[in-house]
Amino acid sequence: MTTDRGGARHPLAELTLARVREFVREPEALFWGLVFPIVMAIALAAAFPARASRPVRVGVALGPRADAVRRTLAAVPGIEVRPLGRGEAGAIRDGDVHLVVVPTDPPTYRFDAARDESRVARLVVDEALKRAAGRPEPWTAREEPIDVPGSRYIDWLIPGLLGMNLMSTSMWGVGFSIVQARLRKLLKRLIASPMRKREYLLAQMIARLVFLVPEALLLLVFGALVLGMPVNGSYGAIAAVCLLGTLSFAGLGLLAASRAASIEGISGILNLSMLPMWVLSGTFFSTSNFPDALQPLIQALPLTALNDALRAVILEGATLRATGPELGLLALWGVVPFVVALRLFRWQ
Amino acid sequence: MAVNGLSLTVPRGECFGLLGPNGAGKTTTIEILEGLLEPDEGEVEVLGLTWRAHARDLRQRLGIQLQETRLAEKLTVEETLRLFRSFYHRGRSVTELIGLVELEGKRSSRVGTLSGGQRQRLAIACALAGAPDLLFLDEPTTGLDPQSRRQLWAVLGRFRAGGGTIVLTTHDMVEAETLCDRVAVVDQGRIIAVGTPGELVESLGAPKVVTHRGTLEDVFMALTGRHLRDD
Repeated sequence: MTTDRGGARHPLAELTLARVREFVREPEALFWGLVFPIVMAIALAAAFPARASRPVRVGVALGPRADAVRRTLAAVPGIEVRPLGRGEAGAIRDGDVHLVVVPTDPPTYRFDAARDESRVARLVVDEALKRAAGRPEPWTAREEPIDVPGSRYIDWLIPGLLGMNLMSTSMWGVGFSIVQARLRKLLKRLIASPMRKREYLLAQMIARLVFLVPEALLLLVFGALVLGMPVNGSYGAIAAVCLLGTLSFAGLGLLAASRAASIEGISGILNLSMLPMWVLSGTFFSTSNFPDALQPLIQALPLTALNDALRAVILEGATLRATGPELGLLALWGVVPFVVALRLFRWQ
Repeated sequence: MAVNGLSLTVPRGECFGLLGPNGAGKTTTIEILEGLLEPDEGEVEVLGLTWRAHARDLRQRLGIQLQETRLAEKLTVEETLRLFRSFYHRGRSVTELIGLVELEGKRSSRVGTLSGGQRQRLAIACALAGAPDLLFLDEPTTGLDPQSRRQLWAVLGRFRAGGGTIVLTTHDMVEAETLCDRVAVVDQGRIIAVGTPGELVESLGAPKVVTHRGTLEDVFMALTGRHLRDD
């Protein structure tokens, strides 16, 4: 016997559709989910271009030989001489120059030894000035610059941005909409109907999977076609990692929203749970920058697992089997919060 | 304790009103009947069934409108009804439901653009989605203008004409007199009088108010004495 639903679909389909419709009719949500990651990728690509093309920026302090030093350095490819407008300290602090040459004899270098770019500038400038002073060259090395696709910062960054985006849209998308429905007493109205509770919660998670497709696809296509990121893994493996990541964070979003009774409450909970992952999980810089003592914690975070798995399949062409540990961790992060959320969930 | 020792029976086909001032325990009472709140003590039987044993059955056969539910603003009237209709095994089609509450012209409008009266009629249509045997309404016309109120009464009249039972709460005396076969006056969690509006007016005895015919409002004031209290 077929059930009479008066022209309506299965409740799970109607609940999912309702959530999808609400989302696509929310322009702000579309911006954060689709446009923001692209803007972020462009901005970061512009801020951190490939190392080879970045010149060393040098300032020359006042002195009798300043003009000669300035002329010598300006003639060397890869060195950019900049004026010291607001004084040395400010210029070095703000990264306007990496190093200041004081034109004494021999020259004096002022730079921040804690900065990589300053140390590089010291070597490059010293080399140039010594050569100009007539130092004999023992040899001239042959240079073979190579451009390995996938080794640039932007290539490394895009999978991380994708992981971070899947995390925030899933957690906000699920968490926020549930708390809003609770505040509007819509949850209470729904459970006053014969709706099955698990279908409601399931629909919230399925709706996330619907949005996952455009969100992930847009960023990946943009990364590959515009920024030249190599895609070495199979599309199936990439899709599977995205899917698992989304489900995992949707489960966490559900848990975050299971009790919250105000917009301030859910915002606080979501920010508090995501902030450590933004910093620690290797989205913008490698997790290896953190001390060993923090590593067990960092490696246990779901975003670390998702970012590592995405980089492995996209950049290294790893198989799903090879990313097994990360995927297992993600699955655990999806199932446990979902089950706990079902128990804690407050409908009214 | 919002409600205490409250006992009432509503026969099928009747429109029964819970009448009382704000904070009297009307909503608590109706939410216990709706299975949304659990009573600490006592028994509730709805359509001959109990919440403990027959919750799923009951949900299919009840229509419920809550005070202050705000339906999703970004969905249209039709989408909202389609969603609610999908939960029920029987009932009218979505198009019929829209016709029943006279929202044909608003079928594709988003809920956020509806007037208060239109929203309330939509809420009633959601409650009617499963062709309920019993309709629970919690202050269905509070805050509506007179036209919207009458439109809503007409919708409820049609439901009753089809043999439906209604239990509603209100603090609007005219509404109680217009819609209800019997009313119970509730105050401070207790029923202080039950009867038809006519009986209650008569029970006042010699008219305390000589300037006009006795009304339910006179009964209400006489029983609850709210006009003399400050709380």
